[in-house]
Amino acid sequence: MPSDDVSHTSVAQDSCRSCWLAAPGLLWLALFFLVPLGLVFTISFASRGTYGGIVWEFTWANYVDLLHPLYGKILAQSLWYATLTTAICFLLGFPLAYVIARSPARWQPVLLLLVMLPFWTNFLVRTYAWMILLRHDGLTNNVLLALGLITEPLELLYTPTAVVIGLVYGYLPFMVLPLYVAVERLDPVLVEAAWDLYASRWAVLTRVVMPLTMPGIVGGCILVFIPSIGSFITPDLLGGARSMMIGNLIQHEYLVVRDWPLGSAVSFVLMAIVMAAVVLYYRQASRGDGPLEGR
Amino acid sequence: MATFSTSPVIASDQSLSSASPTIDIRAIVRNHGSVAAVDHVSFQVRRGEFFSILGPSGAGKTSVLRIVAGFEDPDAGDVLIDGRSMLDVPPNRRPVNLVFQSYALFPHLTVFENVAFGLKMRRVPTALIDEQVRQTLTMVKLVGKEGRKPAQLSGGEQQRVALARALVNKPAVVLLDEPLAALDQQLRQAMQVELKSIQEQAGLTCVCVTHHQEEAMMMSDRIAVMHQGRMWQVGTPREVYENPRTLFVSRFLGVSNELPGRVGEAMEDAHLLQPADDRVPAFPVRMGSGASPGRSVTWSIRPERLRMSRERPVNSDSMLTGVIEKVLFAGSETKYLIRVGHETLWEARTTGAVQLPYAPGDPVFLHWALGDGRVFFE
Amino acid sequence: MKPRSMGVNAVSLLAMLFLYGPIIVLVLYSFNAAHLSMTWRGATLKWYAALWHDEALLAATANSLLIALVSTIGATSLGGLLALGMEQMPRRRQQILEGGLVLPLVIPEVMMGVALMLLFVTVHMPLGLTTVILGHIVFNIPLVTIMIRTRLRKLDPMLREAAADLGADAWQVFRYVTLPLLRPAIWGAVLVAFTVSLDDFLVTFFTAGPGATTLPLKVYSMIKSGVTPEINALSALLLGVSMMGVAGSLYLQRREV
Repeated sequence: MPSDDVSHTSVAQDSCRSCWLAAPGLLWLALFFLVPLGLVFTISFASRGTYGGIVWEFTWANYVDLLHPLYGKILAQSLWYATLTTAICFLLGFPLAYVIARSPARWQPVLLLLVMLPFWTNFLVRTYAWMILLRHDGLTNNVLLALGLITEPLELLYTPTAVVIGLVYGYLPFMVLPLYVAVERLDPVLVEAAWDLYASRWAVLTRVVMPLTMPGIVGGCILVFIPSIGSFITPDLLGGARSMMIGNLIQHEYLVVRDWPLGSAVSFVLMAIVMAAVVLYYRQASRGDGPLEGR
Repeated sequence: MATFSTSPVIASDQSLSSASPTIDIRAIVRNHGSVAAVDHVSFQVRRGEFFSILGPSGAGKTSVLRIVAGFEDPDAGDVLIDGRSMLDVPPNRRPVNLVFQSYALFPHLTVFENVAFGLKMRRVPTALIDEQVRQTLTMVKLVGKEGRKPAQLSGGEQQRVALARALVNKPAVVLLDEPLAALDQQLRQAMQVELKSIQEQAGLTCVCVTHHQEEAMMMSDRIAVMHQGRMWQVGTPREVYENPRTLFVSRFLGVSNELPGRVGEAMEDAHLLQPADDRVPAFPVRMGSGASPGRSVTWSIRPERLRMSRERPVNSDSMLTGVIEKVLFAGSETKYLIRVGHETLWEARTTGAVQLPYAPGDPVFLHWALGDGRVFFE
Repeated sequence: MKPRSMGVNAVSLLAMLFLYGPIIVLVLYSFNAAHLSMTWRGATLKWYAALWHDEALLAATANSLLIALVSTIGATSLGGLLALGMEQMPRRRQQILEGGLVLPLVIPEVMMGVALMLLFVTVHMPLGLTTVILGHIVFNIPLVTIMIRTRLRKLDPMLREAAADLGADAWQVFRYVTLPLLRPAIWGAVLVAFTVSLDDFLVTFFTAGPGATTLPLKVYSMIKSGVTPEINALSALLLGVSMMGVAGSLYLQRREV
């Protein structure tokens, strides 16, 4: 019996009667999500009045303004921090995911929970924790001084380094989860086969493990990149004036300069980058899992 | 002997008693895309009868069952239960209950609550529910397990709960979807007996879908053989087994030793079969009408109809020679694969102890009675 | 397989240390008696006690709890119904909606914050508790919907058929089969929505007006105005609450029935 036909039964068929159940939620999202986004989009083509208001006249000026080196630098900087964050997350996350996926089955959920748990806690607080660690008189400097590795406290807080550390810290779980899924599905026998066929450690990794876990790698990288590029709290708390990211620029334009049209234009550039990453993610996800499918 | 038709049964069969049937299925069609999963299927089930729909997976059996239960709507045809058309009746108003293949026991409810579910939905008074559930649980031997959750039961016990959950509602018809498929071999055989005795004891009308021919034959009053959406033959297990209408039915119900060939010259009450394999000599077979010389046919005989001997049998025209190729000892019986002619392997069986066992390579005479074989026209 | 190399183990140990080190340090220092220095001067609970006497902080806590409570109830109802309604839709439409539901979760929070602020300012709605709640419901609806849908999909469709076969009408199927089986997922969603709302900073930051200060806003302003030991204590408390919330939610979701 074609068992896949079982799912659309007449019980389900005879009713898109209950489809209206979805209406309130969808209406809410339309009203408080789509409409605001549309508003931001519209305003990005308006211009700023003398006293901060909005002048409703169509103009490309805000987008042209973004070409100014000052904004360009922030944009490039954000992309760089996000990329660096993604790379470091991968280097840390891959071994971690591998160890978890190869640990005894009953430990795996516990270890995954341990990885995910910090993510669900207050982001602000977790970022603040790094301020304690990285301060001029913070724990890191104290320890390094005590160990005699340095003679003078390092300037750690309010630097790009601090921002990247904070981002890696915040989004590492996003890397580990998809990688774990990919490694968990990788048949250990394939690794043994490669060993058996004279592959070196490095060759096993690059010729067998990585190609077969590529969907997880790509997925994890995109999942880290998306929140990194749009982050606000991390650069705000850990970065200095010169390590601003797009998110801070938006906040700055809106709340400090009160140039809403420009802020909206920046928002849309950010949104475009994020959407591109999302599309990329779905594209690779819909490709299935390649050679792992149906194993 | 009747003419062997290669067209499926379309008219309802005439063997029914005059009493009006409990279930009357009239030429139902169900299309899945461009494929007809159910193709003009008609059958009737009498009160108190155990009726099985037998066929390989993908035959459309489950679709038929789901149409009767109301989970799928036929694209054409009608479903009558106790004389009333069910097409506009939703599943929850139909006087039938289904025992699901996966049992579909509610995991959050206890055994008692599972069995009581149908009565509760129909707002039967609590005291009455209590009494009827206990009665039914007694019948399926689940007393003492009322408070357990399905996850705490063995496969066989889950099966009983599923059965009890349907029976307690006293439905006009109990529908069984591969009821024993999830059980292991031994439990399965025990449950076959038990299910049959519960059915007889409670006088249930059952429609059972299965792909297991032995199970269908042992439990059913009548069997319908389904294949590729169509119903090819309806009859008692013996009729269907011994008098299959098509090669498919013949093969599906048991081992079918076959020999393709052409119709040869006519004899007094038979025709000569000219085997396609030129190493096999022609022999007489009964063909019935439609046996025009030259027509392609396949002749088939069941293994238990073949007799084996080392000496040429006397007085038998119905005979071939072969060579034992394999001997398969299966305890209560021994199976022999015998090469007949060039490319045909047949199966024959002996039961009990054989005084001089055959060994591979032994030449052997195979013989049978003239009426034992069946002919299928192409 | 060849035993994993020391290197791989070391890196993963490092990664775990990296994830938990800061949290542990933060919690430890919340008990540090020293006022401004990072050196250890013995354990004390005085910073926690100080929190207890901070009127503004208690007000912020009340605001946070109120916002979390109302937005959780709102989002769970709307999101739960959305999940149930989606289930009945044609598959294609389900997929489109599923893609759309991810948007509020992936879009940078800053952007969601400014967009909501723009909306409220445009329609001349004063920023306050109400606007924060409206905003929190927006990001909690997809969370709830996705969690409940995950459970709905795992439900054996045969169970609903079995109920219908046994005489249950659509409402009875929902009441006696679907709902009880969804209950753990619903409570799980409630806990997550509550935790996420309690922890939210950015959307709140842009949509809260004066008088609608929440705990995260309070923490933020405390951090910005200079690090004090009270923040450590408050932070440690917030971490504890969200960890319990999430652990509880995971427990509920894993539970079979």
